[in-house]
Amino acid sequence: MLLTEEKIKKLEKTANLIRQSIIEMLVEAKSGHTAGPLGMADIFTLFYFHILKHNPKDPFWEERDRLVLSNGHICPVLYAAMAHSGYFPIEELKTLRKLGTRLQGHPHREYLPFVENSSGPLGEGLSQAIGMALADRMDEKDTGRFIYCFMSDGELDEGNSWEAIMLAGKHKLNNLIAVIDRNNIQIDGYTEHIMPLEPLADKWRAFNWHVIEVGGHDFKTLNEAVEEAQKIFEKPTVIIAHTIPGKGVSFMERDYKWHGKPPTKEEGEMALKELQNA
Amino acid sequence: MLNPKLKLNPKIFNQDCEQAPTRKGFGQGLLLAGEADKNVVALCADLTESTQMNLFAEKFPKRFIEMGVAEQNLVTVSSGMAAMGKIPFCSSYAMFSPGRNWEQIRTTIAYNDKPVKIVGSHTGISVGADGGTHQALEDIALMRVMPNIDVISPCDAIEAKKATLALAKTGKPAYLRLAREKTPIITTEETPFEIGKTQIYWVPDVGIAQVGIIVTGSLTYRAMLAARELEAKGIKTKVMNLSSIVPIDVEAIVSLAKESKAIVTVEEHQVKGGMGSAVAEVLVQNYPAPMEFIGVQNSFGQSGTPDELIKHYKMDVPDIVLAVEKVLKRKT
Repeated sequence: MLLTEEKIKKLEKTANLIRQSIIEMLVEAKSGHTAGPLGMADIFTLFYFHILKHNPKDPFWEERDRLVLSNGHICPVLYAAMAHSGYFPIEELKTLRKLGTRLQGHPHREYLPFVENSSGPLGEGLSQAIGMALADRMDEKDTGRFIYCFMSDGELDEGNSWEAIMLAGKHKLNNLIAVIDRNNIQIDGYTEHIMPLEPLADKWRAFNWHVIEVGGHDFKTLNEAVEEAQKIFEKPTVIIAHTIPGKGVSFMERDYKWHGKPPTKEEGEMALKELQNA
Repeated sequence: MLNPKLKLNPKIFNQDCEQAPTRKGFGQGLLLAGEADKNVVALCADLTESTQMNLFAEKFPKRFIEMGVAEQNLVTVSSGMAAMGKIPFCSSYAMFSPGRNWEQIRTTIAYNDKPVKIVGSHTGISVGADGGTHQALEDIALMRVMPNIDVISPCDAIEAKKATLALAKTGKPAYLRLAREKTPIITTEETPFEIGKTQIYWVPDVGIAQVGIIVTGSLTYRAMLAARELEAKGIKTKVMNLSSIVPIDVEAIVSLAKESKAIVTVEEHQVKGGMGSAVAEVLVQNYPAPMEFIGVQNSFGQSGTPDELIKHYKMDVPDIVLAVEKVLKRKT
């Protein structure tokens, strides 16, 4: 879809607001993941405000695209993107991880029916997205919409992920587009130290996927990557998006220690100040 | 005597009583469910004929997905299909599904509330020669502990067919427990089956039952033989077919305990955590009664013929008779 300079400027502003919301939510919740949500803020913004065929005022619209979030622990960015695009009030973001909240620590459809799937345990989202894509193919709806799956690099350690990758290649699911948050970190350290994934693109190609590698923070090139993925015939596409964990907050960027902890009140204030002045 | 109200198979105790495995009834039921509803789809992890999905796959090739030997993917892809309005039945040996992929079932089907039907065949010791790795003896425990999933363990092929048709219409997750071996046909097409309800298949000729026998799955026939033998010895029993383990028919179980004041449970499963444990949970809260448990006593299986194994692990007719006599003595 055409992305003008003017629209890019708007998206950049929105992504910044989403990052601020992520910091505010996590400070308030006193637990949760920080680096992943900040790193994926640009991609979520591009999808929720430009790419996705969806209607926040009619969340169960049957013809909508489906976005499956596999690595549920980055849900602060999902919740912030949903709130800022109008699914629910922005004020509700402050209930993250509190008793009775719709915004569970990892997304749960029973509490927040607008999410396509409950998630958290890793390596399961791509399979669910494949099931959706297969169902659409059976119903001959596979030209009308796309099934997107956002996943992490760390969850590629899971065997279930590779079972899924193999099946999608077998079925040539061109209505399926996976986006990997290639931020190179996982809980115990850097992915290439914990369990090396490289050569990652070659691995996916060997499983009969079309592979696009792209930076994870430039709206223009990200949008071009999605446009290319949508045009590919007879193969599923994976976009390996090279993101910077903690992006936007200098003292968090590229440091795996921010994978699984929230900012303190003081750290949150510093982070917000930096984002507000960006 | 056979409960005359239930239209059970009149030839049940004859030499020429027809036999079929429950998985065969499932295969027929799935085909009928597929004919009745175009949203019914089937997925299998490289065991299409073994789990009797081949009937469906041949009739509806476009609605069948061959997954390869990948049970984690089997259930998670099923979840995604269910999210788009499909009613997936996914099958493998129970040892691998739900044995291997329990967390995937929990997160993407039960917690996620998707109406996927997990079909586990080759349960129990009567898998036979393949040995302990392939004999699922823990699957009832694994599935009944999980919220939001029905657990159905049919007593014969006809009930398996009815259960399959019923599960296609519930709109919720379910586990269907099947067996590899042929067992005698106990019911008829007219015998009632309802998820959440139980039936008394054997009743005393006159008077009330001194012991209630509650059985599930492939041992139902042996429980009936035991009841007949006990009747000849002057011990009156009722045999309840508890094919619906979740939801469980609390009222019927309590009613049987109130009448007999002693219960024996019979299942081809670990005693720990199985159907008998489910019955015990009901009774201790409502109407405590002495119980004996027929099942596998905290061990793995091994190779052998089904009959040899059922004898070896003390789940045969004489073992059930002994358990009934034992619990009878414990009545106060």
